[in-house]
Amino acid sequence: MSFLSFLLGQKKTSASVAKDRLQLILINERGGGRGPDYLPQLQKELVEVISRYVKINPDDIKVNLDRQDSLEVLEVKIEMPQAEPNA
Amino acid sequence: MTRIVVVTSGKGGVGKTTTSASFSAGLAMRGHKTVVIDFDVGLRNLDLIMGCERRVVYDFVNVIQGEATLNQALIRDKQLENLFILPASQTRDKDALTKEGVEKTLNDLKGMGFEYIVCDSPAGIETGALMASYFADDAIVVTNPEVSSVRDSDRILGILSAKSHRAITSEEPIKEYLLLTRYNPKRVSDGEMLSLQDIEDILRIKLIGVIPESESVLQASNQGIPAIHLRDTDVAVAYQDVVSRYLGEEKPLRFVDYEKPGLFKRLFGGK
Repeated sequence: MSFLSFLLGQKKTSASVAKDRLQLILINERGGGRGPDYLPQLQKELVEVISRYVKINPDDIKVNLDRQDSLEVLEVKIEMPQAEPNA
Repeated sequence: MTRIVVVTSGKGGVGKTTTSASFSAGLAMRGHKTVVIDFDVGLRNLDLIMGCERRVVYDFVNVIQGEATLNQALIRDKQLENLFILPASQTRDKDALTKEGVEKTLNDLKGMGFEYIVCDSPAGIETGALMASYFADDAIVVTNPEVSSVRDSDRILGILSAKSHRAITSEEPIKEYLLLTRYNPKRVSDGEMLSLQDIEDILRIKLIGVIPESESVLQASNQGIPAIHLRDTDVAVAYQDVVSRYLGEEKPLRFVDYEKPGLFKRLFGGK
């Protein structure tokens, strides 16, 4: 089976698809209780700070915590508004 | 010292009642005075699995509401003399389980010298499930190697660590144990089923055992005998190991690796 899948090119098993899907959904669902719950507050404060310099919407900032094995990655995504042509 | 152990899962049909019956019977077989309580008000089934359904006179709600004493409601197991069953009410509303009533009953059971109180939680995250886990010292989270069960187990772990008595009073947190049931090593080796390693990676709690998928579980429930009593079955041995590990013994995992059948087996059959 493994030899065959090697010849045919690696195809993901359904179990590994299941694991990936679960890990993704659980990162989002673990807000309270188990994971850190400072993310919404962090997002709010980031919006406040950046708003002092640039006009942005609260939705333009996305804060996410990702876990890969023993590594935790805090991802902050800020969408800057397009500069006005006459500015 | 009494330990209160909740058997929970979130999802229904994964083996909570089967586990509660076998785990409590296993503790009693080791000489520990044990009571197992059905928290599934309105949908009681522990009595059927334990084979004492015809001996139910009073139930948990009767005790909470003062209509019967604990001694009247407790049913002694037909095989093990230090195992008792407290059945759920089949007719009442689940809101009959009040926090105060449950706490008083648990304290009275402690006073009667029970070493282990096993709480069989209903599925879901409503009153019955919250009450079953609220006062727990330990939790056995029963999980099938399947996405919806793993997700629901994660949800239950969140509730245990946020809403239980130990969490609210900032005591030492509930000890959480993962019990994988309906595990099929062949399907795992074929990449068709989440492996125990996968599920440990996701839920990140201590594994207390793996119960293989087996026909004998149905045979046990048909007869009203906890599966741990079925001689020479993988399921019974696996549950015995779970009890040993819970009591602190080291036991290697069994029934988790798939052995390819040899030529002889393939030619001449056999399972």
